Amino acid sequence: MSDPVLPLGGAQYEGLVDVREAGPQGMIALRGDLADERLQEAVTQLTGLPMPGVRGAQVMGESGVLWMSPDELLVLVPYRQAPRARAQLAEALQGQHALVENVSDMRAMFRLRGTQLRDVLAKLAPVDFARDAMPAGELRRTRFAQVAAGVWLVDDTTAQVFCFRSVADYMFKLLCAAADPDAFVGFHAG
Amino acid sequence: MLTFQCPYCGVQADETELHAGGEAHLTRHGPGSSDKDFEAYLFMRQNPKGVHFERWRHVNGCGKWFHAARCTMTLEVFGAYPAQTTEPPKRILDVITSKRPGWTWRELS
Amino acid sequence: MSTRLATGGRLIDRSSDIRFSFNGKSFRGHEGDTLASALLANDQVLVGRSFKYHRPRGVVASGAEEPNALVNLGQDNTHEPNQRATTTELFNGLQATSQNHWPSLDYDIGALNGLFGRFLTAGFYYKMFIHPRPFWKHLYEPFIRQSAGLGRAPDPETRDPDTYEHFHAFVDVVVIGGGVAGLQAAKAAADTGAKVLVMEQTAHWGGRAPVDGGAIDGMTPGDWIKKTVEALDGMENVTLRTRCMGAGVYDHGYLLGYERLTDHAPFMKGPRHRLWRVRAKQIITATGAIERPLSFAGNDIPGVMLASAVRDYLVNFGVAAGKKTVVVTNNDDAYRTAIALKQAGVQVPAVIDARQMGGGVLMEEARALGIRVETGRAIAKVKGGKRVTGVAVCSMAGGGAMLSEIKCDAVAMSGGWSPVVHLWSHCGGKLTWDEERAFFRPDPERAPTSHDGRPFVTVAGSANGEMHLRDVLEGADKAGKNASKAAGRKPRRFAPPKGESAEEAPLRPVWLMPENAWDDLRMKSWLDYQNDVKVSDVQLAAREGYESVEHTKRYTTLGMATDQGKLSSINGLATLAASLGEEIPQVGTTTFRPPYTPISMGAIAGEARGEIFQPIRKTPMHDWHEKHGAAWEPVGHWRRPYCYPQKGEDKHQAVHREVLATRDSLGLLDASTLGKIIVKGPDAGRFLDMLYTNMMSTLKPGRCRYGLMCTENGFLTDDGVVARIDEETFLCHTTSGGADRIHAHMEEWLQTEWWDWKVYTANVTEQYAQLAVVGPNARNLLEKLGGMDVSKDTLPFMAWADGTLAGFPVRVYRISFSGELSYEIAVPANLGRAFWDRVVEAGQEWNITPYGTEALHVMRAEKGFIMIGDETDGTVIPQDLGLHWAISKKKEDYLGKRAQERSHMADPNRWKLVGLETVDGSVLPDGAYAAAPGRNANGQRNTQGRVTSTYHSPTLGKGIAMGLVHNGPDRMGEIIPFVRDDGETVVEAKIVSPVFFDPEGEKQNV
Repeated sequence: MSDPVLPLGGAQYEGLVDVREAGPQGMIALRGDLADERLQEAVTQLTGLPMPGVRGAQVMGESGVLWMSPDELLVLVPYRQAPRARAQLAEALQGQHALVENVSDMRAMFRLRGTQLRDVLAKLAPVDFARDAMPAGELRRTRFAQVAAGVWLVDDTTAQVFCFRSVADYMFKLLCAAADPDAFVGFHAG
Repeated sequence: MLTFQCPYCGVQADETELHAGGEAHLTRHGPGSSDKDFEAYLFMRQNPKGVHFERWRHVNGCGKWFHAARCTMTLEVFGAYPAQTTEPPKRILDVITSKRPGWTWRELS
Repeated sequence: MSTRLATGGRLIDRSSDIRFSFNGKSFRGHEGDTLASALLANDQVLVGRSFKYHRPRGVVASGAEEPNALVNLGQDNTHEPNQRATTTELFNGLQATSQNHWPSLDYDIGALNGLFGRFLTAGFYYKMFIHPRPFWKHLYEPFIRQSAGLGRAPDPETRDPDTYEHFHAFVDVVVIGGGVAGLQAAKAAADTGAKVLVMEQTAHWGGRAPVDGGAIDGMTPGDWIKKTVEALDGMENVTLRTRCMGAGVYDHGYLLGYERLTDHAPFMKGPRHRLWRVRAKQIITATGAIERPLSFAGNDIPGVMLASAVRDYLVNFGVAAGKKTVVVTNNDDAYRTAIALKQAGVQVPAVIDARQMGGGVLMEEARALGIRVETGRAIAKVKGGKRVTGVAVCSMAGGGAMLSEIKCDAVAMSGGWSPVVHLWSHCGGKLTWDEERAFFRPDPERAPTSHDGRPFVTVAGSANGEMHLRDVLEGADKAGKNASKAAGRKPRRFAPPKGESAEEAPLRPVWLMPENAWDDLRMKSWLDYQNDVKVSDVQLAAREGYESVEHTKRYTTLGMATDQGKLSSINGLATLAASLGEEIPQVGTTTFRPPYTPISMGAIAGEARGEIFQPIRKTPMHDWHEKHGAAWEPVGHWRRPYCYPQKGEDKHQAVHREVLATRDSLGLLDASTLGKIIVKGPDAGRFLDMLYTNMMSTLKPGRCRYGLMCTENGFLTDDGVVARIDEETFLCHTTSGGADRIHAHMEEWLQTEWWDWKVYTANVTEQYAQLAVVGPNARNLLEKLGGMDVSKDTLPFMAWADGTLAGFPVRVYRISFSGELSYEIAVPANLGRAFWDRVVEAGQEWNITPYGTEALHVMRAEKGFIMIGDETDGTVIPQDLGLHWAISKKKEDYLGKRAQERSHMADPNRWKLVGLETVDGSVLPDGAYAAAPGRNANGQRNTQGRVTSTYHSPTLGKGIAMGLVHNGPDRMGEIIPFVRDDGETVVEAKIVSPVFFDPEGEKQNV
């Protein structure tokens, strides 16, 4: 078997922010009753992270839990561990109404770094990226230009953006256009 | 361009993050129903000037369907509520009554 | 003549030397000039021709309201028509040409229209060119097209080299307009801690105040502006943008700002325009006011300008519009122009004041400077052709009998001011008529309301009808405080700055000058310079029964085109009101629609151009296809290989080769785009029974079943193979374009109708790369790859299994859309390309042939398989396609069942699917109709069927087709006539079974 190949083979761009294709990232889609204790225990035990609140992004390195909707989490694990993590979660939720799927290959991830981060993001999504409205650790699912996307801030100058794999190239080019070094905005104080 | 607060994830969503789904609180009529009921279910819709109940999906977001009550004249939003109900909750009706005394919509008022 | 004075000009840098050209002639100007000020400085008074009569036109205004000075800017790929010279900042190398003239600006043949001006009245085109009918197409339209139109469209072959972008901003308060009102409103709002964004359409802060004078807190307006801008600039909660126009105000606090980043300096890098897409809790419009022209004969002759514009050119650019300027007015403000000119050493032969008693302190000041003031007087007409040579003065009260003539080369006119209420009105703000000052101003009781039902727009400064600096600043301060309060902030108790300016005497509303102007004067009194609408046209429209101002606009063209009546609107509707014998507020205004002034298409498109015009979805094997010469076909947003032409092959030959190679040995298809949706839960089977027309709950784990999906109105919407993974889990394949739609369809029913059913779905389409290995050698290939048992017994037709192939984790479905022995293999997407490469390599010994969508289509058609979007078009039900076998009779209900029982759906006369074979073996035209005897009520030929799919079959060596034909299945063997595109030529085709190839399925079941 070969090594996994990222949608864009690890593309990069340097502009107002640095754009870098990230991954591969193990991802488990988990749908179920998020208030259920057994589910919570399974997720926190697997990732070593607390359950996120509404729109929360609990992420540490390659592990994490993203609140996707009232009945859906995206559980992040190291890529190689995804099949086992899926099996482990499925096992823990045996007999319970839940959906557990390994979806590690269906998204593209981008890491954005730089002080102009919030301005760059605000060119593409109809979202308030001000510090008070979009603090680190909050996941926002939205659209970037014409495609669905999700974004969370790791810290004040680092963001993680994901979209479906098929539009990775479109997303990368969008991010590059928005990060054009000659397109400084200066709205969100850097 | 409208905004609605999604009752599921709390985002004040932009219209471009939403998908409009037409009139809310339709009753499905399947096999065995009369032609009249089926026609009403499939085709007959309210077109009010004023209070209206609609379905919206937070498609570029948490993906959930919700209902919203708004005024088609002023675009005032009276409230949004989860779609898993056959009728608007009382708190929404109270808001509408306080803002639009004497309003009616289908059999509601 | 117009000229640059030796001194003055607060905005220009006299030490700079800017070269530019107008109509190929080169000129010089200064940094800080606008194109208009630089042209006037060079005595280029004539700048264009009007729309209808091609009359000479000069600069009339100094800002966004300019109707005349529209030019083509740039060349080739940067060419842009209809740019206002008054808002175009001068830069080195600027190239402008004038519009609407032929052969030259100075001598224009279209100006002959003007000689027939009597006949080109309101509605002339409607009345004149109706008969005789053929004349329209061959005579009138070509002539009108040649002589009409504003500017020249860019060459369609050129591509805009600039970039554009959008920016989403969320703020508490947006202030539109950076004059003193806007600045004070912004300061008052910002002092509360509110997040404030201020947009100013020009390059300079302060608006008119530095030109108009007065004092603020004891300072000159200029000093106060500098101090206030500095203070705002230093506040973290404030964003200031110049060259950024508030273009439109929309629902729920949405606002568009149009920022022009490099128009003034095209050598700069970066985006040319940025469209600000703002959500504001509160919007303050401090958009100022626009001066109105006066309607007197010859008021369109170059050299007749707004008094405020004459003042602007003088104070801002050191340019005198004429050597001798007559001022004509109905109010005190125009005296400021007379005074400023006089003080700058420019001659002012007279001020003509329509008011019997004249004005107040400003008039006295003018008189004290030695300026002659004539009260109760009017201009009967302006003399001159391509420029002003003098004015005939008459009594305001009469019909226009000349009392005296004054020689002059410029006229500065003022009919009073109109608040710029556009942005207030865009989203429903209502207006009230101010009788005393004769203008519409915003009615604060009827403001636009937001999502919470509360007002979200307030108005400040002269946009609110406040004309005295004191009132402007007090009102703006209040607006800023109120807006921030409404945005949830606590206003500070700072006192507003104190404004001082001259007290003004009341104006006299003047809609026609002189009051009872004779017919021939009214026919030369222009209301709309851009569209050539005169007082007499509006009066004629009124006589002909046009009562609505909106209808009058369309009939006369008053207020249309690029300036949207910024100068003409109020004068026009006042004229209409007078003609109808009604009050102005009863007539009302036309609707104010965004944008305030035209914005570029580039700004609207933003980043969506070139490679990112729209998302292109790519499979993990996309690069391989590209490298191997795929001809692409768009399927939804996906790009799929249509075929892979080899050297010397055209597409048809490539498809031919791909089909035969697959049928003979081995084909390979990238099927990754097929939708894949996991449906899981205790109620999953019950749910799928509702979604599909056939029974899915009885499917055994490990097996596959083809299913049809209908919408609630009975029509076929999607199809695909469902695999049961385990007791509670199904995987539903959808069409390539249908995955998102069908997933949404599932979620909609689960969330909004059957929310108590225990079912979860997940769209995992992109998790897997999917390859179809097709042909007699398919099993040989899989066995060569090795790792799992794919034998007939272990993996029979319509079964699936998990395993490994060549070490890759795979799920193999033994399904076929070609009639061949066929396996669809799903691998994780990140391994897709590597697996594909491995398969291609391993398949060499069987001449493995990658094939595209067209070969796929041909092979499925040979087998009589339907294709969603070909055999279906949103009006076709499964029963039409002979798919009764896939419609469960046992189920009480499924989506679409009730609709399929409706009389029209159950009608035996519906067109039904059959195969079609041309008698001569040719290929039927796609979409062709079969003619039936007779004609319908519209004289069209009756029809009895149509072609839904048609191909040349390489396998059978002839044309094959499918179609829907009236009672088709009962008419096997019958020959019916299909009509080609020309509507005449007939192709005869025989009705046959739609299964053309291997009807027993011997090839796929091996």
